[in-house]
Amino acid sequence: MTEYQLIVVGGGPAGLAAATAAWERGLRSILVIERDRYLGGILNQCIHNGFGLHYFGEELSGPEYAARFIDKAAGTGIAVMTDAMVLEITRDRTVCVSSTRGYQVLHGESLVLAMGCRERARGAIGTPGTRPAGVFTAGTAQLYMNLMGYSVGRRVVILGAGDIGLIMARRLTLEGAQVLACLELNPAPGGLARNIQQCLRDFDIPLMLSRTVTEIRGRDRVEQVVSMAVDERFQPIPGSELVFDCDTLLLSVGLIPENELTRGAGIAIDRRTGGAVVYENNETEAPGIFACGNVLQVHDLVDYVTEESVRAGQAAADYVLRGPCGPGPVLELANGRDVSYTVPMKLRLANIEKAAEVSFRVRRAFGEHACLTVRQGERQVARFPRAYMAPSKMEKLRLPLALLRDLDPADGPLTVSALEEEDA
Amino acid sequence: MTDVLIIGCGVTGAACAYALSRYDLSVEILDRSSDVANGTSKANSAIVHAGYDPAVGTLMAALNVRGCAMMPSLCRRLDVPYRQCGSLVLALSRAELPHLRTLYERGLANGVPGLRLLSASEVRDLEPGVSPEAAGALYAPSAGIVNPWELTLAMAEVAVRNGARLHLNTEVTGIEKTPEGHFLVHTGRGDYRARYVLAAAGVNAARVRGLLEPPPYTMLPTRGQYYLLDKSEGQRVSHVVFQCPNERGKGVLVAPTVHGNLLVGPDAVPTAPEDVSTDAAGLAAVADAALRSVPALELKQNIRNFAGVRANTDRSDFILEESRAFPGFVDLAGIRSPGLSAAPAIGEYAVALLRSAGLALQPRADAVDSRRHVRFAACGPAEKQALIAADPAYGRVVCRCETVTEGEILAALRSPIPPTTVNGVKRRTGAGMGRCQGGFCAPKVHELLVRELGLDWLEVCLEEPGSELLAYEIGREAQA
Repeated sequence: MTEYQLIVVGGGPAGLAAATAAWERGLRSILVIERDRYLGGILNQCIHNGFGLHYFGEELSGPEYAARFIDKAAGTGIAVMTDAMVLEITRDRTVCVSSTRGYQVLHGESLVLAMGCRERARGAIGTPGTRPAGVFTAGTAQLYMNLMGYSVGRRVVILGAGDIGLIMARRLTLEGAQVLACLELNPAPGGLARNIQQCLRDFDIPLMLSRTVTEIRGRDRVEQVVSMAVDERFQPIPGSELVFDCDTLLLSVGLIPENELTRGAGIAIDRRTGGAVVYENNETEAPGIFACGNVLQVHDLVDYVTEESVRAGQAAADYVLRGPCGPGPVLELANGRDVSYTVPMKLRLANIEKAAEVSFRVRRAFGEHACLTVRQGERQVARFPRAYMAPSKMEKLRLPLALLRDLDPADGPLTVSALEEEDA
Repeated sequence: MTDVLIIGCGVTGAACAYALSRYDLSVEILDRSSDVANGTSKANSAIVHAGYDPAVGTLMAALNVRGCAMMPSLCRRLDVPYRQCGSLVLALSRAELPHLRTLYERGLANGVPGLRLLSASEVRDLEPGVSPEAAGALYAPSAGIVNPWELTLAMAEVAVRNGARLHLNTEVTGIEKTPEGHFLVHTGRGDYRARYVLAAAGVNAARVRGLLEPPPYTMLPTRGQYYLLDKSEGQRVSHVVFQCPNERGKGVLVAPTVHGNLLVGPDAVPTAPEDVSTDAAGLAAVADAALRSVPALELKQNIRNFAGVRANTDRSDFILEESRAFPGFVDLAGIRSPGLSAAPAIGEYAVALLRSAGLALQPRADAVDSRRHVRFAACGPAEKQALIAADPAYGRVVCRCETVTEGEILAALRSPIPPTTVNGVKRRTGAGMGRCQGGFCAPKVHELLVRELGLDWLEVCLEEPGSELLAYEIGREAQA
């Protein structure tokens, strides 16, 4: 069995950032396993710009952003296996991998899980009607357009105003297709504000909120889709039917962390995120196995994936070089008011040097005068002013060790809440 | 001139071709679709029924029980996924218990082996997931689950390897009897001459029969829609769980599939012969009904809805008969449930009908009667290693959800009935059948079809002609 200090499952932005960070921290035997023919993950098909503003302070395309890390990894001794699929991992960090070179069983002193996510498909939203060609998830359409060079349709309706759907609205328009509308089930779009402007408004593509697709028509190829407005409980409102004559329906209806390997290893999964339950350093409940990027929680900015993954890679290196985290109190984090999840879910105080980074999402939009509170029972541990929070935007906060040191886990979990200033 | 021309390559036509292929005969099979098993045979409950439902003394009863008994060895020979998991008919109230008794007695009369009436507690011991309301059940250990389209494909493949010729995309447009007493069958792709015709046209049975003579039956096509749930729900029940028919309808089933998913459905709505659309109200009714049997079902784990059309007629039995006015024309019509279960027996029965119609049957010594299908995901580490060593394409996973390799797809593309479409590859290999429903692998399958079949990217179809996946090459064509 071939042994590595660190095996990284996934060679997208998360895996590459983790691997290079672990190298910089001193590990010298690192393997990155990538299922595709090239490193870079989903960034390879994201040929639009807007990546890297936060992390590099400049605007890059997806492939350029990926190249920064691919080049960085190439300058190290990190081993890379592409076109190789991990079929199974175990809690004791055995990794079974299949490639054209054979079926291999490897072992890592540590593992970083960076498998990314997949798109929800038609079945997940249960859209009735016929089952013709012309119904694509937005990411699949993006792959066909940007990597293969073919348009998936001529007259297109997009369901879901998430970022991939918005980006594809612009992309299809630029390549000669007509995007008839972008429909969104929720009363607010899920994508970034800049994408609403740059991908829809700038091209006069109608954004129709609180609407869904209730029927797909057409025998061999999509011929029509029927859309209906929905009420506050997302039930279609009779009489609100709009029929679009189109040949294509693009679905941009959410992403699901791809945790089949994680589940197979018996590692606990958080129901809110769909990702592994992790501690302050991205370590899962299985010692020495870390998770980062979209397999842990669905991000909206790759820059944040990088930051999270650097921490995971460093933590994996520390695990190998310094040993497991010692015993000590463990504080749990919980949803407070209008917060839908937190990552991490647990904080081991002994393992926090200066502060714990917590990312989370809010359940609704907040205005200019909002704030975050962190409480343990009745006691307020911290309070941060915050402006313009929205469910579409991942939020972060830093909890300094000084604030946490004296807390007793027996007094209950820390709840993170989002409030308007006047309610606080 | 061919000895026997089979119209339709669903499970019935394929079973006939398979049964005929052990004799020294020339056989041609026509199907209007781009693939075999592309009608009712791919969209049904995938159940091998035990045989307590059909009325005593009917062809349906005899052929169902016989087909069910044939299925284990047939599926073993042809390497078709099959599991004899047994079935339960639940009585969801005490008032339904007499119905179980009726089914039990009918089953005994039909010769169904091993039937038992279970008490409420025995039901829960056997199948803990069923409703606490269950007052009892009929247990049929001979019932099972099967991959219906692979069964069809496997039988057709063996027939083709034995010399039968399969013509896809070939729709029959006319049938005549010539003065010499032969049949002349017109299609959209030329004419075929045959001594005997076996019509196995499924929901189009009356249309095909009508090309020769007024059909002596009326089609009553009936649509049924389903949920296919993710493998995370696949262990929810371990038997096929039926309900008693009641005033609300025939009742829906909850069943494991041979792929490890869970199948929920169907409803029953009169429909046009080829309307396989789903509708929100019908799906909601199916969900409500299924939850009565298995309350903990997580329908949120749905990965696909689909519908199939049952080839019901105004007659209650299968219609397996030679035309009186046109001897040599054998119609196999009204093959609704339990048509899949009965198919192997229908194949034998059709051969007997042809024999009594005068067809000479000379067994062949060299006929093949087996088939292998390599499934990488099901192999152990040593087998995986050996497969990859022999052909590195087995090391490249194309479908990540179902772990289907390029080697398996290439094997399908080089098989006796190669797929020509993305869905054809899916049915043969499982690529695209998983939770992402082809989101990741469909473009890779597309690429393999282009490479292996020499197609243009724009020509590749999801299913039938007209279902091309891509619209135009970027930069090549001005916007239409």
